[in-house]
Amino acid sequence: MLRTARRSFLPYRSLQRHRGLATATPIIPANTHGHLPTSQSPITPKLHFFNSVTPDGTQIPTYRVLDGVGNVLEGADFPEIDRALARRMYEQMLQLPVIDNLLYNVQRQGKISFYMTAHGEEATLIGSAAALADDDEILSQYREMAVLLWRGFGFDEIMAQCFGNHEDTCTKGKQMPIHFGSRAHHFHTISSTLATQIPQAAGVAFALTRDPLRRGKNCAAVYFGEGAASEGDFHAGMLLASTIPSPTLFIARNNGFAISTPASEQFHGDGIAARGPGYGVHTIRVDGNDVLAVYSAVKEARRLCLQEGRGVLVEAMTYRVGHHSTSDDSFAYRPRQEVEDRKRIDNPIARFRKFLDARGWWSDAEEDAYKDRVKKEIMKAFRRGETMQHHPVSEMFNDVYGGQEPWNIKEQREELKALLKKYGKDWEPWRNELKKFKGEGKELSE
Amino acid sequence: MIKSPKLARIPHRNVLSIRSNRRWQSTSAEPPPAEGHLPSVATSSFLRTTPDSALRAPGLQWADDGLSGPPNIALAERETRKMNLYQAVRDAMSIALTKDDTAVVFGEDVAFGGVFRCTMGLAEEFGRERVFNTPLTEQGIAGFGIGLASMGHTAIAEIQFADYIYPAFDQLVNEAAKHRFRSGGQFGVGGLTIRCPTMSVGHGGLYHSQSPEGFFLGAAGLKLVIPRSPVQAKGLLLASIRDPNPVIFMEPKILYRSAVEQVPIGDFEIPLGKAETLVNGSDLTLLTWGTPVYHCETAIHMLRSPPESLAKHIPQSIRSAKVELIDLRTILPWDVETIAESVERTGRLVIVHEASRTGGVGSEIAAEIQKRCFLKLHAPVKRVTAWDTPVPMQYEKFYIPDPLRIVDAIVGTLTY
Repeated sequence: MLRTARRSFLPYRSLQRHRGLATATPIIPANTHGHLPTSQSPITPKLHFFNSVTPDGTQIPTYRVLDGVGNVLEGADFPEIDRALARRMYEQMLQLPVIDNLLYNVQRQGKISFYMTAHGEEATLIGSAAALADDDEILSQYREMAVLLWRGFGFDEIMAQCFGNHEDTCTKGKQMPIHFGSRAHHFHTISSTLATQIPQAAGVAFALTRDPLRRGKNCAAVYFGEGAASEGDFHAGMLLASTIPSPTLFIARNNGFAISTPASEQFHGDGIAARGPGYGVHTIRVDGNDVLAVYSAVKEARRLCLQEGRGVLVEAMTYRVGHHSTSDDSFAYRPRQEVEDRKRIDNPIARFRKFLDARGWWSDAEEDAYKDRVKKEIMKAFRRGETMQHHPVSEMFNDVYGGQEPWNIKEQREELKALLKKYGKDWEPWRNELKKFKGEGKELSE
Repeated sequence: MIKSPKLARIPHRNVLSIRSNRRWQSTSAEPPPAEGHLPSVATSSFLRTTPDSALRAPGLQWADDGLSGPPNIALAERETRKMNLYQAVRDAMSIALTKDDTAVVFGEDVAFGGVFRCTMGLAEEFGRERVFNTPLTEQGIAGFGIGLASMGHTAIAEIQFADYIYPAFDQLVNEAAKHRFRSGGQFGVGGLTIRCPTMSVGHGGLYHSQSPEGFFLGAAGLKLVIPRSPVQAKGLLLASIRDPNPVIFMEPKILYRSAVEQVPIGDFEIPLGKAETLVNGSDLTLLTWGTPVYHCETAIHMLRSPPESLAKHIPQSIRSAKVELIDLRTILPWDVETIAESVERTGRLVIVHEASRTGGVGSEIAAEIQKRCFLKLHAPVKRVTAWDTPVPMQYEKFYIPDPLRIVDAIVGTLTY
């Protein structure tokens, strides 16, 4: 295991004042072997290499609160949680697979073009969402719809985005399904590009420190997978959030797979957590299928993040039970039995349910009623969203630029307008397609 | 010449089942309805569906015995196999791996076969030491490939989508492209080939539909190739792998499954830097590459015999116009000779590409052709392109050039 650099425990203010400068006179420890002029690194005559990969296989430990059957581990650092919060977390965990199953099947029927489920990662998502303030800024990768739902994003809004209908305020029909975004929910719009959100989070967090109303109050939480952490942007983001201190909370969802590539082929070192100390970032690895452990770890990480004003890294260990997306068939690269085993042996929802049962905080009857209600509500939202038209066709040209619209956009809108006017009624494929849009292209063709 | 669509080949029940679903996307894999007359990629006359036509594809250079010696296998003895585009790409890589011990294939998810199936079975056939997954880092993949190639090895790297090539932009534009030049010819990365799926499928939106070829036009030192069919993909990919320069090889992803040809199973190349004239004509040059090749074929057909509903928009007088269709194939360096020679004869040029207009490859070609052919031009060079917005998912049918927009441009240019 890597030893955490001691420097990171220096008071935040003194580091901030001197960041980037080598002029501060280091405190020289009394050392018989002397010292280096610009570093407090102790001198050693021993030829010793260190690594996160150790000869005896020791790894960074994983923080867990609940064992496999929902009992609290002896001596566990247990988070403060009351009945109401626990029930809310459980309900949100229950609802996620209901929505996922519906939208997965809807995609299979060709009604939406794409979907991604979060099966198996419910605890990581809900535990972290619950630990954050609802106005902390979220920069997500793409499998974090649950965080938005936690903040009150509605089923109708989910459907509007996935169908790209005229109620879609996330991207106005411009992006693929699941590319959510909502300023009101402090949820930055998702892009399909991987890891780009990570250094952006450091910038978002830095902006928070510049805002007197939010300084010390909010952090920027950035979600990413263990695959995305291989992108250069991950390293840049970690480096920036520690070097130009900003309250950036890095939440790595280590779900074992980047599409087909297992984590074992993604890195040789000890996971994502091993990289934190390299950037002088407080780091914890947590059992991502233990919702209380995730909640507790992210809550403490957030506190540290705000207190020190610097990046903190949480690596949540989980397992992607579903396929990567509807474009993927994961049984081409992993045995079906492995997935079935993981579902059975380490189900985050079942584990938390046992914890609730032991306290009498939940019942079978409540579970049935709740699932039933969610199913009805989501079906209602689905039926409503499905039949709705898209935004007007001309929406396609909007929001490329703010301010004055450049000539090329203007002229090209006119060009399409002329084409639709000329052929919109005579060319059957366009005539049929136009029916899908609000106003049926009339704003352009008439 | 446009051949009549091969409707006879379509099973009757398919015709019935989709009768009501009149098709208009030339690249859709289903055959056209009975009353439809428009060719599509499934029925395209450009696809070589017989062994003989495949073996006689123009410009094939047989490389079984090395390109220098005379071919010693008679054409009649050569074999072909039915392949779609991803299988042809795989076949080319398999030949490269077989013949060149230094060749390796790598990228995200390539070991299990790749998200588009282009590397199916290669890891099993050649071992994980030569066909391997990389961590998820495009800049890393490109840099790693440059390193390999600088040591004289053959690096065949995959970037999972052209939309995701930008993290590798620095490595490709500043490193790969300039490697030979900056080292006074001491070093070079000619062994590097970067493959990536490109262009739209109709529902990819901003990050799964891009055609970023134009961004590389300024990177002298790089070559950039976009094939239109399985035979083309195999020959051009083998030529790219063996070219003494780094090559970006963009594969139109909608054609991976829908374009099917008989492909010679032997080792052959199709030379880079050469466009191919697919239809000879004397009145207008229609230039394109990749997926829109098939939209252009449809458009030419629509011009000659327009569907009834469009007849009034296409004057009788120009229906017999002879449109020359050229597939550019190599985007950088592009075949100015073939294009200029054609436009000298036709006096009209329409360029079709899926990328946006501003900064698209069409602007470079238009500028050069207007310079060379100025006095012969009867109309301004016309570009049929996507609009200057990011790719808007729900609006793609009104965004990506389709056969109607192409025929409209042809009519406009012929009647200018």
